Parts: sequence; structure tokens; C-alpha cells
Amino acid sequence: MNKVVNDFSIIVGTKNGSGSSTANNTILRAIFKMGIPVSGKNLFPSNIQGLPTWYTIRVNKDGFIARREEQEIVIAMNPDSFARDLASVAPGGAFFYSDDIKQPITRADIAIYPMPVKQLVRSDPNVPSDYRDLVGNMVYVGVLAQMIGMDLATIEAALTFHFKGKQKPIDMNLNAVRAGAKGAKANLEKKDAFYLEAMNKTEGLIMADGNTAAAIGSIFGGVQFAAWYPITPASSLAEALNDYLPTLRKRDDGKHTYAVLQAEDELAAIGMAIGAGWSGLRSMTSTSGPGLSLMTEFAGLAYYAEVPVVVWDVQRIGPSTGLPTRTAQGDLTFTNFMGHGDSEAIILLPGDVSECFEFGWKAFDVAERVQTPVFVLSDLDMGMNQWMSKPFEYPNVPMDRGKILWEKDLEELKGNWGRYFDKDEDGITYRTFPGNSHPMSSYFTRGTGHDENARYTEDSNMWLKNMDRLRKKYKSARKYVPAPILKSTPGATVGIIGYGSTEAAILEAMQQLETQHGIKADFLRVRALPFTDEVTEFINKYDQVFVVEMNRDGQMNQILTIEYPQRAPHFKSVAYGDGMPASAKWVREGILAKYVAPVKSNGNGKSSLKAKSVAVKMVTPAREKITSKTGKPLAKKTSKKK
Amino acid sequence: MTQPLPMAGTPANANVNLAGLVKNDYRGNPSTLCQGCGHNSISNQIISAMYELNIVPEKVIKFSGIGCSSKSPTYFLNRSFGFNSLHGRMPSIATGALFGDVTLKGIGVSGDGDSASIGMGQFKHIMRRNVDMVYIIENNGVYGLTKGQFSATAEKGLNLKKQGANQYMPVDICMEALASHATFVARSFAGNPKQVKELIKAAMAHNGIAILDIISPCVTFNNQDNAYHSYAWGKDHEEPLHDITYIAPRNEIILEQEMQEGEIREVAMHDGSVVILKNLDKDYNPTDRFEAMHVLAEAQQNNWLVTGLLYIETGKPSLADTYNLVDTPLNRLEEVDLRPAPAMIDKVNALMF
Repeated sequence: MNKVVNDFSIIVGTKNGSGSSTANNTILRAIFKMGIPVSGKNLFPSNIQGLPTWYTIRVNKDGFIARREEQEIVIAMNPDSFARDLASVAPGGAFFYSDDIKQPITRADIAIYPMPVKQLVRSDPNVPSDYRDLVGNMVYVGVLAQMIGMDLATIEAALTFHFKGKQKPIDMNLNAVRAGAKGAKANLEKKDAFYLEAMNKTEGLIMADGNTAAAIGSIFGGVQFAAWYPITPASSLAEALNDYLPTLRKRDDGKHTYAVLQAEDELAAIGMAIGAGWSGLRSMTSTSGPGLSLMTEFAGLAYYAEVPVVVWDVQRIGPSTGLPTRTAQGDLTFTNFMGHGDSEAIILLPGDVSECFEFGWKAFDVAERVQTPVFVLSDLDMGMNQWMSKPFEYPNVPMDRGKILWEKDLEELKGNWGRYFDKDEDGITYRTFPGNSHPMSSYFTRGTGHDENARYTEDSNMWLKNMDRLRKKYKSARKYVPAPILKSTPGATVGIIGYGSTEAAILEAMQQLETQHGIKADFLRVRALPFTDEVTEFINKYDQVFVVEMNRDGQMNQILTIEYPQRAPHFKSVAYGDGMPASAKWVREGILAKYVAPVKSNGNGKSSLKAKSVAVKMVTPAREKITSKTGKPLAKKTSKKK
Repeated sequence: MTQPLPMAGTPANANVNLAGLVKNDYRGNPSTLCQGCGHNSISNQIISAMYELNIVPEKVIKFSGIGCSSKSPTYFLNRSFGFNSLHGRMPSIATGALFGDVTLKGIGVSGDGDSASIGMGQFKHIMRRNVDMVYIIENNGVYGLTKGQFSATAEKGLNLKKQGANQYMPVDICMEALASHATFVARSFAGNPKQVKELIKAAMAHNGIAILDIISPCVTFNNQDNAYHSYAWGKDHEEPLHDITYIAPRNEIILEQEMQEGEIREVAMHDGSVVILKNLDKDYNPTDRFEAMHVLAEAQQNNWLVTGLLYIETGKPSLADTYNLVDTPLNRLEEVDLRPAPAMIDKVNALMF
């Protein structure tokens, strides 16, 4: 039988709340420690205990770690999902199951491996009866290790990490692993083709989840205040703040430079965060779609009164309560247009765990510089799963607190300033904080119409002037937000735009499109709104730009269409939202479904009429000076991107 | 306290307080509320109280929600920062904002719609947290700014033009405050300005949340003689629990006449000031929460407007106290205090797998 090495998917079916996540994370970490590119995703129900849950692992020697719809290896531990799990094994695959499950196995095209899980666990006197289920999961780790070649030393390293060096639980679990491996060696004959072999492709990388990265990034951003309300899948972000702040902001006097508060609801959470941002603190909240909806009114106030605050939205699929434990990129248009009246939002779009860290600190710089809310849109897949990642990098620029006036600044100005006075003509004004003892420092903040000194006014001209300045300010934010990342293919004829965690699936799809269909694409991963010049350049280059995203209505496509209406006929939406993380298959098939091959000229050398009109269309993008939404020609690309 | 700032042109022996300020320094813009509005009377008492307390205006932050009452912070303390926020959401803004500099005192003005209808949730929770601020509800039983709808504190059977009769039982703001463990609960009446002023002073001295439920008649929409929130009804039915006098820290307590034992109570405040309560009818103990609830229930049954300091609990930590913050105001901290040192990044990466 041909060996298939480091290129397959595993799915483990267990009962929610049975402690399988330790086992699954152990498998993931062990494979990572063997130097093999790997990803693991929890496909869990909205339930505390009892319902079926799955863990899907993708192993790929070339680094393509997006989810696949098929799996070669299935481990079935749950009688409730047994039949479904059996049916899901790819032909030629391997089916491991707990042998106390007495359900019919009707397939002849896969390798079948029964595991005496309960028997092995009961036979270990060191396992207390209430730990049997938990430890029982380690048996399948051991069997799998033996059958596909997982390195036991890496399993031990994973357990040591998980149990924080406590020898008793490490040993108890390791014994179960060894027992499983030993039993498999003695009783099971390898009948499938799938193997792991150590490589060196994960050297220097770490493993972390996006929510932890976001929290730690926020701490390196100097976060001073966080208010939050629990919601799946964002709760672990705020909880990570609570975990890491005491260590990272520890002082000799034991006092604190920060406050984290669990609010009574999302309305209060955003209100507190805005109050803190107003009085001069680096302030944040974290939530998901339903909570973000509640935050709408306050977001409008912060936009209009120009108060900085960072809001993390770890997206899950909506609308409404939706599927609380399933992922999506469905809050983009909502966030972009959030609030009644005319408003705009700065949105950051991290694409991996290291960007969750980086945007964790950058978001504060942008928010305080532009004096406005900054929404960071992550998603459940990125936030809650463990990912391979570049190590976190220390911020490469000092904290940017923006334009602030303290007592000595006001002395220099002889008290002459206005909160909403556009002194520097970039739309961004100066602010002061309560506690400033200068008698000219104070001003009244309100969501109602105000003049340049923040005084109440209903004057229409002043209203217009202020709104125009807000729009100017938003445009100037382009200087401060992260630029997109471009991955070019020589000879590319089409463009792909994506954002967030779809990158892995898009890169794999690009490889398949090139090798299987001869379609070469450049890929631009957008990392912020407002769109910077790189996005404008990109969308002007190709006759077909495929906009890939995990939602039903193609939200990024909609926003691109509004921003670049002349290019709209060239945008092709590849949007799909079923709650599952993107796979290369649906990206590829989505692109192929809308792809139009370039028309060739006919035999006698003359182009057909149809070809001519196409040719004209294709020439136009190169020649025509495409302008941005305002109709003004594009400025030359200048300043550094942070 | 910061150095007092004498205003230019102030005569040496004008009415300058211990902060070196005159009463004008505590004023705001002219009121745009209706003539005779109870809120104006309360604003005046806030100005007087702050002046008499020698507060430096820059050490106070004003908050409000939305409504006629919420407009009033513009009419006092122009030199203080203010945040007129969203309907029912003053508590969350105040809670977050006060962390910016915990040496500042918050004073929030809200209304019965703002705190007892849309804001009921946030109102209850800010009391649980014992946020250090003075929280005034200017209570008139109606929505004035939207022209005369019932609020949650309107009495059952009240008739308003175009609204008919109110069929619901009223919310009792003081009862809600007691149930939510507020550490200072008082009810007063805009028609009793001296009591309002003394209560504001006591509230400013309190460490924690001080709820002042002040009946503040709406002369335009709800001032009929038989309405609970009117001037006439209030004057006729007011039953003050006691006479209140606030004594600043280290001032001598001078009483008007010999007091019998049991006739007065002294409440020692957190900052060294004292509140003297001279009992009027019976001996009222403001440190017993259940007695306070009992008095409120009785008042509701017997149709009287009980006013005074209903309940006080000193010594409970405020929200900021529980956070053990550094002495420097958080909004003045520098990068070195906020961003972990470069060496910490390796430590953090080592904590990951």
C-alpha cells in the first residue's frame, strides 16, 4: 500500500463535556511539536454537557491547513454520533472506535480499529472512578499515536504544557496513552495508508488562540480599562485579560494601573468603555454579533462626540442568536454603517493569531489618534481555536496617545483652544481630560449639535461644518490603519480579495486553481476599512476580482461596490455562510462558478466582434485613470504604514 | 486640593470662599427650562452647596442622561467637565469615566424617565457597585422634553392631558435604591431648598453612591394641585423625618438650642464632616435599611411625602476603593507604566505552546 505521509484530516467525535478537548489539544500539539504543519478546530454545540462535539485536525506537509469537508481518519467515541461518524470516513480511510459501542459497522472500504477504551481505563488502579471518562479519551490518543506514528515524547510535552508541569495528572494521562499504544501494538494490524513523519516546518512558531493573542496584544497596547459581558465566542478574550494583566502589569507596590469590569449587559459594557475612553484611558470591550447590536446607540455617540474606544467583535454566524458556536464574517456591513444618521467606522481585520496580537495594541493607537471607535473584527474560528503562529512581536512604535492638551499645553495656548476646532486641518481636533486643573480645560460632551467649543447649538451651518469635518477625519484615518497584504502569482490574470481567517483556504484554492485549471491569481488580504490606496490599485488591475468571504450576502463585495462603483461589474462575489470555517473546495468552486475565461481570437487571425469588445474592455483599466469615490484622482502612495 | 485660583478683579473682601472662588465661579449658562421648573431650583442649590463646600470645580465631573433634567448640568459648574450622554445610560458612562481620575467626584443629574424607565437596569447596578458619585433624580412623574407622557413614577390614577389616567402602580425610586443596597438614600422636594442643599452637601461628603430622589414639579405638564409631584401637594403633604444640617470637617458644631439626648443624631461622614439630624416627630434611625423601607411603605399607604435622609451606610468601600489603584490618576500615566517592558514579550511567547 502506498504511504500517504503528513497529508490527511482527522475528525474525533465525542460527547461534549467529556474532557475530550484535553485529548484533542494534545494530539494537535504533539503533531505541531513533530514539526508538521497542522490545524485543529472545535466544532462544538451550544451546550454545556452531553451533545455530540467534533474536533477536526488537518495535517499538511505543504502548510495548507484550512478545514476540509472530507476526513481520512475518524475516531468515534460517542454512540449518539456513531453512525454519522462511520459514514463520514473517506474511502480508504481509517475508523477508530470505542469498542463498548455496539452498533453495526457496515463498510468494507475502510480500515476498522476497535479500541478497548473502557477496559484499559478500568484496569489502571491509579485512575479514580470519576476520572475514567476524562482519562479514557487518552486511550484513543495512544492508539492513534501507535497506528499513525505520533511521537510519544511530543505527546508528553503536550501534556506537560496542559497540566502546567503537575506530575500526577501528567502521569495519569500518559499512562492511558501508553496503555492505548501498547494495546494497539499488540492487537491492531495497520490496514490504512496514513502516517505522520517528523519534519521541521514548525520551527520557531508558537501555538495560541486568537482571543488570548488579542488580550495579550491589548495589554502590550497599554489597556487601562475593559468592560465586558459574557458571550460566546468572545468571553475568553476578556477572561484572558484577567489572566495576563496581573503578570504583565505587575508592580512592586502591588497596586494596579488598570481596571476590568464585568458589566450587567452590553449596553453598560460599551457605555463604561466609552466613559473611560472619554476621561483619557485606553479602553476596550469585546463581544459578538448580538452584543454588538446592543452597542449601536453608544457607537453613534462615540463617533459623533469623538471618543476613542476599541471594540473587539469575535464574529459568530447570525442574524439573531444564530448559531452561537459557529463562525462567520457576517458583521462587516453592520459595523461599517452602524448607527442611525450618517456615520463611518474604522474596522481592523486581523487574519491570523499574530495579527490578533498586533491589532490588539495597534487598535488603541488608531482609536486615540483619530478619536473615534475602532472595531476589530475577528471570528470564532480564529478566536477560539489553537493556531500555529509567528511569535508575538514587541510593538515597533511608541504608544500614540493622539492630540491631548494638559495644563502646560493650555498655559502655552493661554487657554485659547476649542474641543472641536480643526486647528491642524486634518479633521482631528484636540482634547482634554477631567482632572485637568487649568480653568479653561473643561468642556461639555454631548451627542447633540455642538459648535467648535462643544457648546450646544442647533445652527445648521455649524452642524454641516462639523459633519464635514468628521468625514474628512475618517478619510485621514487611511494614514493610520494597516495596509493590505498582497500575495502575487507571476502571470496572474485575476484578483482575489479576502479578509480575516479565510487566507488558508484561499491560498490552497489558488494553488488548486493554478495546477488544475491554469488560473493564476493575485490575492489581496484587506486588513482595514477605510480602504487604503493599495486596495484601489488592486481592484483596478484585473478584469475579474473575486471577493471571498464567509457570509451569505457578500458584505465586503457590497462595500467595495459602494466605494468603487465604476469597477462594480468586475467584482464577483464568492460568499458562503453555513457557519463552518472556509475550505479550499468552496473557495475554488465558488470562483470557478463565476470565472469567465478570456476569449481567444478565431483562426484567420482577425478577432471576432465579441473578442474585440472584450479586448477594449480589458484595455480600459490600464489606461483609464480610475478615481476613488469622491471623483478626485488618486493621490500618489506616500506615507509609511504602521 | 489644588491651589485656589483668585479671579481677576475680585475685591479682597468679597464673598470669596476657602477655595478663593466666588459664587459666580460655580454657575453655568442661563437655564432654558421653563420658568418655575423645579430643576432650576435644584441647580441653584447645587451651585450654593458647591460654593459653601469650597469645592474646586475642576475636581467635579458632571453627568446626565437625556431629558429636561439632563439638560441642567449646563446650568451649573461651567468649569467642570460634563458628559450629557444617552437616555438611561448615565450610570455606565459615569462608572467608566470616574476611573480616569478617582480623586474627582461625580455628580449626575437624571430624571424619573431616565432612571426608572429606560435606565432602570443601569440604575440598579450602579448602586450595587457603590460608584462614588452624587446621583440626583429630578422626579416629576412625566416626560417633560417629549411633552407630557407618564413616567414610571407617576401615581396610579394621575390624569394628564392627552394621556388619560395612569393605570400602573408607580416605581418608588428610594425603595428601589434600598433594595439595591445603595449606601445613601434620600428624598427631598424642590419646594424645600434648604433641605435640598444640606442633602447635596452630605451626598458630596459620602464615599460611595448617594441617591437623591428630589420631587421636582413640572410646571408645564404635571403641576395640578392634587398631583403627587406638584408644588401644592408637596407643600401640603411633606413630612420631613428630621431637620438636616451639614457641618464641614473640623468646624465646630453649634446648635441653636440645648438638645435633649435622643433629639439629634450625628452621622460621621467619610471625610470628617458631620451631618446633624434633628428629629421632628419621632426618633428616626437612618442606619436601618428595613426601617427605611417601612417608612416608605407607610408613606405610600398614607399618602404623605416623606423627605430627609432615609438611609446611610458609611464605611463601605466604593467601586474605585476595591480596585487598589495607583495614586497617580490613571489618565496621567505614561507609557512606561502601561506598556510591559520589551523583555516581557519573550516571557509571553514562552507561555504559549
